[in-house]
Amino acid sequence: MYKFYKTGFHNPNLSFKEKIYNMSFKYFFFVFLLALIGVLMLYSAANGDWKVWAFNHAVRVAMGGALMLALVFVDIKRFLHYAYYFYAFTLILLIVVEVAGYTGMGATRWINLGFMKLQPSELMKIALVLALAKYFHSTTLQNIETIGGIIPPLLMGAVPAVLIMMQPDLGTAMMLLFTTGIVLFVVGVQLFKFAIVSVGGAAMLPVVWHFLHDYQKQRVLTFLNPERDPLGAGYHIMQSKIALGSGGFWGKGFMSGTQSHLNFLPEKHTDFIFTMLSEEFGFVGGFLVIFLNVLVLVYSYSFAMRTTSYFGKLTIIGLATNYFLYVFINIAMVLGLIPVVGVPLPMISYGGTVMLSVMASFGIIMAMYVNRDTNLGKD
Amino acid sequence: MNRDNSKGKVLIYRTIAWCVIQLLLFVVIVARLYFLQVFEADKYKTMSDENRISARILVPPRGVVFDRNGYVLAGNKQNFQAMIVAEQATNVQDTLNRFKKIMPLTETEQNRIQRDLKKYRRFVPIKLKDGLSWEDVSRILLATSEMPGVVVDDGLSRNYPFGKQMAHLLGYVAAVSEQDLQNDNDPLLMTPDFKIGRIGFEKRFEKKLRGKGGNLKLEVNAVGRIMKEIERVDGKPGKNLQLAIDARLQQKAYELFEEQSGAAVLMDVNTGEILTFISMPSYDSNDFVLGVNQATYNQLLFDEKQPLINKPIAGLYSPGSTFKMMVALAALEAGVITPETRFGCSGKMELGNHLFHCWKKQGHGPLNVVEALQHSCDIFFYETAQKVGIDKIAAMARRFGLGSQTALHFDDEKSGIIPDRAWKMAKYGASWQGGETLIAGIGQGYVLTTPIQLAVMTARIANGGKMVEPTLLKIDDSKKLKFADMKINSRYMDLVKEGMCAVVNRPGGTAFMSRFDYNGKKMCGKTGTTQVRRISMKERQTGIVRQEDLPWKYRNHALFVGFAPQDNPKYAVAVLVEHGGGGSSVAAPIASKLLKEALILEESE
Repeated sequence: MYKFYKTGFHNPNLSFKEKIYNMSFKYFFFVFLLALIGVLMLYSAANGDWKVWAFNHAVRVAMGGALMLALVFVDIKRFLHYAYYFYAFTLILLIVVEVAGYTGMGATRWINLGFMKLQPSELMKIALVLALAKYFHSTTLQNIETIGGIIPPLLMGAVPAVLIMMQPDLGTAMMLLFTTGIVLFVVGVQLFKFAIVSVGGAAMLPVVWHFLHDYQKQRVLTFLNPERDPLGAGYHIMQSKIALGSGGFWGKGFMSGTQSHLNFLPEKHTDFIFTMLSEEFGFVGGFLVIFLNVLVLVYSYSFAMRTTSYFGKLTIIGLATNYFLYVFINIAMVLGLIPVVGVPLPMISYGGTVMLSVMASFGIIMAMYVNRDTNLGKD
Repeated sequence: MNRDNSKGKVLIYRTIAWCVIQLLLFVVIVARLYFLQVFEADKYKTMSDENRISARILVPPRGVVFDRNGYVLAGNKQNFQAMIVAEQATNVQDTLNRFKKIMPLTETEQNRIQRDLKKYRRFVPIKLKDGLSWEDVSRILLATSEMPGVVVDDGLSRNYPFGKQMAHLLGYVAAVSEQDLQNDNDPLLMTPDFKIGRIGFEKRFEKKLRGKGGNLKLEVNAVGRIMKEIERVDGKPGKNLQLAIDARLQQKAYELFEEQSGAAVLMDVNTGEILTFISMPSYDSNDFVLGVNQATYNQLLFDEKQPLINKPIAGLYSPGSTFKMMVALAALEAGVITPETRFGCSGKMELGNHLFHCWKKQGHGPLNVVEALQHSCDIFFYETAQKVGIDKIAAMARRFGLGSQTALHFDDEKSGIIPDRAWKMAKYGASWQGGETLIAGIGQGYVLTTPIQLAVMTARIANGGKMVEPTLLKIDDSKKLKFADMKINSRYMDLVKEGMCAVVNRPGGTAFMSRFDYNGKKMCGKTGTTQVRRISMKERQTGIVRQEDLPWKYRNHALFVGFAPQDNPKYAVAVLVEHGGGGSSVAAPIASKLLKEALILEESE
């Protein structure tokens, strides 16, 4: 049917049973545990109401779970084969967003499909990883070590990043660039090139500053000094720190976070849900959530090690890196370690597209792992 | 194949490196979380409580002030206010327009409302108009269905039913100033719309009238809406106080003054209770409660009759002839004159190069101390003063309370001046002149007293030498009062009193026209007329200008001090009419009518 069937070293086709046998159920357990924490926190965020957010979240977990499982059973070769098409399609969607996008929250990020609002930028995170994995799967180390060899992957990351930055969504654009950078790092691009780019990037900072939107400048300035404007832009960071700190070691108890329930904490059901969790469950609860995420990542990277194909390895590493960036940026942001960039905590924050894209990532990771012994060869 | 192997190896090494980096970043996050939630937890717990808990102060009602018969002098009036809650209005401006049709709003009021609407959150009630009558309230309530968001609320505001009659006595309450906040850290002062005793009785008894604020701790959300009550500590309402003042006598005195300016104090000679306390012209305390407007205030401030001065305690006047009792007592006690001593009055007296005149140009002829008081002969008292000397006169005057603040402890009370040799040396660095004793002997020159001091002096004469002190509060049990005896020979006291009774009741006495006989009760007293300008030699020769022909501010002050009844006296009075002309013609009639009224009221009870 496909040409690589004929050229493959051995028959890669696994039966349905074999695939189930190969799956890691512990991995799914961690993922669903995080989702369950999300449902409980959203129940609390709505002052003990299922209907507001928690129920929807649970429905999305179910839908995301279905998507995740469905992806596990997708033939691994199709990922390789369609990687560039998928990337191109997503890029077109991004351009459509620029032209006829649905405007919400002051920034154009969504395409209204009627039944749901699609954020192409979330899709792009997966598409980019697959495209990069495909590119490096079929190139050589020598090529990777040349300038010409890294220009295509750089463009793959930079073009959507620029489009997304124009929306403007600094957080997602940065995540795409970081992901590209990390992929370039792991495939073996020489370290001195990163050093050059870092120095060059630092030199470019004033130029970037010039192109930032006012509200983005505000966020950076406020991050550097939250007390600068405690009632305005610094309010979120200040209130988040108060909520976290006042939670203490054991927390104020489920449904008893005063900062959250009296609305001092903004966006408690989305970007600042980790703060609310840490206010109600203290350092213990916050640490537990971080630990669960670390477990998910440890499992992901160990899957990568166990996977034979370069494409599979790199796809898992790229998607895991992407997940890491979500978790790290969100938590570092609410802890006041980095500026507020509007990145949610995956599986826990309320929001459909991120949930679906993250669960899809887990599905793809699991698909690579299930077919870990498949040698894909060159496409 | 080899190459592919190294490609795979690089991927694994680099991935391990990346995993180490991620692990380190997670360590940073956990460390930060630990720092915030464990090390800094207490700091943020406090900040969280500050966010969550809104402490409010419950303002206690201010103590009510009554007169001795239970009339309310200072009370708390229900103040009906119309307010708007923007959150409850479908269209705020539309509601305002409808409200304006029922209750017209001035330009300033409308500006204030628009400013407040922008300033406060939507659930905060904003005042539209206060001081509404019952009629206004019912009109607004009838129309509330057409004006969503409008509510009527009642608060308390200070009210003085007697207005101008009690202004200087009671003073008024006013908004808290920066200075008040520095001197007093009572959190009540920080509450919006709080009023503090600014002057008069309201200030003097501020601590008692204010009461103690309660505390209310509320849990509020981020926009300030109240979620629940956490804690409530009730305060103490202000203490109700009963004054010695008799509102009926006060009203009588106020009416007797008519358009004239001055002061009157009437007190109980045995208890020291102040029954009348008048300063004229007056102002309305009620005008100051909600903040007096600048025009009204300026008018009061620049009025030449000085309505803002509390004249009974802060007006300084030469006592004039009312001082002669002090000179007589000093001389009798020193033994320089006896009841029989007579001095001849020829209308003038020479001392050094100076010529001193009696008010009666042709002279009184020879008279003793009683007759000298009766006719208020200046020459007799020049002679007497010269013989006894200024130091003894000053000492006697001070024993009677002149030259120092009374026990009322009003902030704006003046002490006056009772001069002697030491005083002049300290003040001017010059020695006392003989002529100055003569001038002081008729209560002029350096001598300055307040009307309240003159009333106290008269009371101490009337009660036979007891050092009575004035008090504003009603005394319930007068038996407990013990005033020290001044230890002045009662013969001398009786002699002075006899002189004072002669002033009113013997033909030829300077206040004979003002005598009365109410069921056998009569008044005794002493007139005083003091110059506020110097009469030159030339004017004496050409004829002294008549008082009525002088501008108001150059006319003489009229004084009268007196007591009644003549046997077993009960009331003492001091009346001062600024630039009123003569003591006998202007001040004595007022004092006479006031004392008589006091006797009538006493009898009717």
